[in-house]
Amino acid sequence: MFIIKGLSKTYPGGVTALEEINLEILEPQVVMVIGSSGAGKSTLIRCINRLIEPTTGSVQLNEVEITTLGKTGLRKARRRMGMIFQEYNLVDRLTVMENVLSGRLGYVSFLQAYRRKYGPEDISAAYELLDRVGLTENCNSRADALSGGQRQRVGIARALMQRPDLLLVDEPTASLDPKTSRQIMRLIVELASERGTPALINIHDVALARSFADRIIGLARGRVAFDGTAAEVSDQVLTEIYGEEDWSATIKNDGSDSSGDENLLSKIEKESSAG
Amino acid sequence: MSQTDFKQKYPQIWKRFTPAETLVRYIWYGGIVFIAVWSVSNLDIPWFYFLDAHVQAADLITRMIPPYWPFFLDIIQPLVETLHIATLGTVFTIFLAFPVAILSARNTTFNKTTWFIGRFILVTSRSVNTVVWGLLFVAIFGPGPVAGIFSVAARSIGFVGKLIAEAIEEIDVGAVEAIEATGASKLQILLIGVLPQVMPIILGTIIYRWDINIRESTVLGFVGAGGIGIVLYSSINLFAWHEVSVILVSIFGVVILSEYLSIKARARIT
Amino acid sequence: MSYPTTWQPPRFFTNPYVRYGVILGVLGYFLLSFLTLDADWQRTLKGIPRAIDIFQRMFPPNFSRWEILVRGVLESVQMALAASFFGMIIAIPVGICAANNLVPKPIYYIGRAFLGISRTFHSIIIAIFFVKIFGFGPLAGVLTLIVDSFSFIGKMVAEDIENMKPGKLEAIRATGASFPKLLIYAVLPPVLPRYIGVSIYRLDANIRHSTVVGIVGAGGIGQTLAASFSRYDYGFSLAILMTIVSLVFLGEFFSNWIRAKLR
Repeated sequence: MFIIKGLSKTYPGGVTALEEINLEILEPQVVMVIGSSGAGKSTLIRCINRLIEPTTGSVQLNEVEITTLGKTGLRKARRRMGMIFQEYNLVDRLTVMENVLSGRLGYVSFLQAYRRKYGPEDISAAYELLDRVGLTENCNSRADALSGGQRQRVGIARALMQRPDLLLVDEPTASLDPKTSRQIMRLIVELASERGTPALINIHDVALARSFADRIIGLARGRVAFDGTAAEVSDQVLTEIYGEEDWSATIKNDGSDSSGDENLLSKIEKESSAG
Repeated sequence: MSQTDFKQKYPQIWKRFTPAETLVRYIWYGGIVFIAVWSVSNLDIPWFYFLDAHVQAADLITRMIPPYWPFFLDIIQPLVETLHIATLGTVFTIFLAFPVAILSARNTTFNKTTWFIGRFILVTSRSVNTVVWGLLFVAIFGPGPVAGIFSVAARSIGFVGKLIAEAIEEIDVGAVEAIEATGASKLQILLIGVLPQVMPIILGTIIYRWDINIRESTVLGFVGAGGIGIVLYSSINLFAWHEVSVILVSIFGVVILSEYLSIKARARIT
Repeated sequence: MSYPTTWQPPRFFTNPYVRYGVILGVLGYFLLSFLTLDADWQRTLKGIPRAIDIFQRMFPPNFSRWEILVRGVLESVQMALAASFFGMIIAIPVGICAANNLVPKPIYYIGRAFLGISRTFHSIIIAIFFVKIFGFGPLAGVLTLIVDSFSFIGKMVAEDIENMKPGKLEAIRATGASFPKLLIYAVLPPVLPRYIGVSIYRLDANIRHSTVVGIVGAGGIGQTLAASFSRYDYGFSLAILMTIVSLVFLGEFFSNWIRAKLR
């Protein structure tokens, strides 16, 4: 279904963000990517839909090679991949409904987009998604009138409007408080499994990752340092990904209450990014 | 603490600038004065004109007062035409300035060449004054308000386009990235991702420019491009000063009114 | 469970009568303004071939009479420099008079009215009056630009003074300082940087404006340009226009450079 082979990215200036990434997602599962800031998580996600051009390597979604596509082909491929962002990235001055419907932009003409004319099945799908994320009431309010958690719900609805074959999710909860974070993560995971859509989720909160992931991938310095189930994430694995630290609290806790770990994790992140 | 201690401990001289700084400052002052004197002396100013300037000015004012109010009926039509020139010229600007701004903003332009073309249009449009554009368009379309409308639009593109381009360069790139990630085309990205973000700036700038354009349209008539300026110019040349004062008072009224409307309208845009 | 299949974006005017009224009004305005426009449409339509003709005669630009060109440009630049200098100086008393936290009310109203009137009238209208009083030539142009400059800089100075925190004025007043001392110690330091910045910007604007006051006979390159247009000497017109564009460009570059240095 989804296969990455030998994917590398070197930025102009010589910084290597990704090195020889190999990754296969062959069944609808939730894959969480953990790693410290600067490990290449964001670059990996953006190299898949080519918001960032990868230097070398291959990305295949349903037998379509993405890295070699031309402009039109790439647009068609992007329609198959829904993306959710850390800062929600909604168009603030548009309504919630317009933001959700923008997920269908790849399927309508410029004129239709200008007149906000989307097909009836798109409209009802949008209403259904808004109902599912609990924002039916807000459908005509402007996006900048919503709270952070609500805005991320709109972002999720927009991504799912695409009826994607793959969800790319970049730090969906990093700007939210712990309680909202868990709600949002649960929503993403539930929707992904309901629709049988595989999801690749960047996350820095290890506890949160462990409690929701089918599979966890650890990135360290642009390389895959770990690939396994949540249960397999051990002291040693975390040390390999993030560096030396007392991990016992993170492991024992099992993510049932992540708020306590947030401080610890953010401390670790600070240290590892400083080092 | 005795007086002598005090003297030894603290300096009694305090200067804000070091001697070198002072010197540099005086060189600057000297240079500025020199440039001013050089400019004035090179302009061949007939200073003796100043001798009777106050007489001339007083003469003008006495001739202008009292204004010949019935003349106002004759200038209603040119005043309305002035408003039309400003408004229609500004409306044309709306459609032309946004595409030029897209070319001139680094993050939305297509390539180096299109960026250069956009910048070139902005710089040319802005460097040439509305009245100078008037000279050109009167030569093309002949005297009349059509030339005026084109002149107003030609000058406004640069003004409005530059401000929109700056706004585009400062938009939230995240939203644009998100729209791009849905597989939208370049035009759709501009329409859904960029346009809503810069809409308030576009509206505000257009209204502001409309207000400036009304002021500009009052003088377009001097080069034959329509509006109240034609009447003003001929009244001045006929030494009909009691008519001139009526025209000036009405221009003052129209300009103040448009400025008031423009400020009110811009305050409502959020 | 079924969901609605239609959706309308919320309208700016919720009342349909108001909405269609506004649309009709706008369309009506355009129709009316086009119909009442005192334009000779046949002459206007001829404009397209005329434009081609004019552009053909513009190229190549004719720089053969470059002495006249250089003299005109030099005159414009000198007008701009002199006007900026005197404008800067006059702006200070005018600006102080138009600041309501510094001077008594009657003086404030006089200062504001002065700024208001000189800003309302386009510089070309002001220029034509100076031409009537002082005759044709650069003197009228310089005076026009001076009025333009001091009203612009003066307004900024007045606004800056008004935006000062009242405490600062009080602190210096409390030391028993006289009005001139108050100006030097409390007003000057916060206002000075922006005053200089605005003055330099004004120099750049004066260069731009000095190219137009000539159209009514107030000296500078504008006079040469207007003359070349009336003689259908379009090659020379383009040469002048190109010179003006590059002059303005240089002026803007210079003013940006100095303002960046001062920061």
